[in-house]
Amino acid sequence: MPDPMKIRANQLGDATEVKVLMSHEMETGQRKDSQGKVIPAWFIQHVDVTCAGKTVLSAQWGTAVSKNPFLSFKFKGGQKGDKIVITWTDNRGEKRTDEATIA
Amino acid sequence: MNRSTLAAVAVAGAALFAMATIGAHAQGKDTAAEIEKYRQALADGNPAELWEARGEAMWKEAQGPKKASFEKCDLGVGPGVVKGAYAHLPRYFADTGSVMDLETRLIHCMTTLQGISEADAHKTLFGGPGQRSNIEALAAYVTAQSRGTVIDVSLADPQMKKMYAMGEKIFFYRGGSHDFACATCHGEDNKRIRLQDLPDLTKKAGAQKAYATWPAYRVSQGELRTMQWRLNDCFRQQRFPDLVFGSPASIALTTYLAYNANGAVYDGPALKR
Repeated sequence: MPDPMKIRANQLGDATEVKVLMSHEMETGQRKDSQGKVIPAWFIQHVDVTCAGKTVLSAQWGTAVSKNPFLSFKFKGGQKGDKIVITWTDNRGEKRTDEATIA
Repeated sequence: MNRSTLAAVAVAGAALFAMATIGAHAQGKDTAAEIEKYRQALADGNPAELWEARGEAMWKEAQGPKKASFEKCDLGVGPGVVKGAYAHLPRYFADTGSVMDLETRLIHCMTTLQGISEADAHKTLFGGPGQRSNIEALAAYVTAQSRGTVIDVSLADPQMKKMYAMGEKIFFYRGGSHDFACATCHGEDNKRIRLQDLPDLTKKAGAQKAYATWPAYRVSQGELRTMQWRLNDCFRQQRFPDLVFGSPASIALTTYLAYNANGAVYDGPALKR
């Protein structure tokens, strides 16, 4: 089971700012271990964010994203108390979903 | 060539030299400013928080043969109290009759409270590829609970005084294949390794800035690193023999640095390149 995300969601005027920290190795598949064997690629491929059930962000990620990624974005139409649900899926099919409430 | 032209050439030469030094200096400043900008951009989402969260879960979870959590672990301010505890470490602990830093105290709690063997408690001191460190996560959680607390390490106990004196001695002790001491890099202003400015740890301001920001998440390693790791790696860079984790030497150095940083507001776990 992957580690939980850290999510902060704050209403700033008419926009909602969401900041997410994800715990993931994000192996590029370019590195080799001490025996010289390639470390297989392992990275988050999809990130989906919904606010009160409606998709507000859908992203396809690749190996250029750093280990333990930090994502920050803003969207309009959110309200205090709305539920933000974030899901990532990696190339091994592992998933993690966490939620937060807009403050 | 008469005398006045010669003088003019000399002046022009001097001016050129001055310009060159100013150029190099400005470039150094720019780099430092750019690195500072980079740090600020990253500070908003410090992955150290992921370690803090994992450490908090570990702190509260019953573990080991004795099925105990850390909630009875005494870091010097009462059993289970973590708030502000790190700001007073290292300190003398009467129950063990020795001076301990945070990491050694955590291992002490693992072995005594949870009944975990010494060997198992020392298994994951530092995280790396495919291995996560328990100590680094616990240290992240505990130190985060001292954020905003003024560092106040007391030398009132004679054992602490002894440790401080030993730490100072080690700090200035030159040795190894490169005839290095900690003070070689950290005893003067404006020294650096590659692009990293090094703090002058013999001065209050330098010691405060450095000590108040460890442990830290190292972006280049993707790991949260503790003070024990920092000292261990400094010893490696000096080509000294391996600094044994939790050894009196490591605690003495930590005591020396912590006491020099007294008065600073603790601001860790921070984020470093």
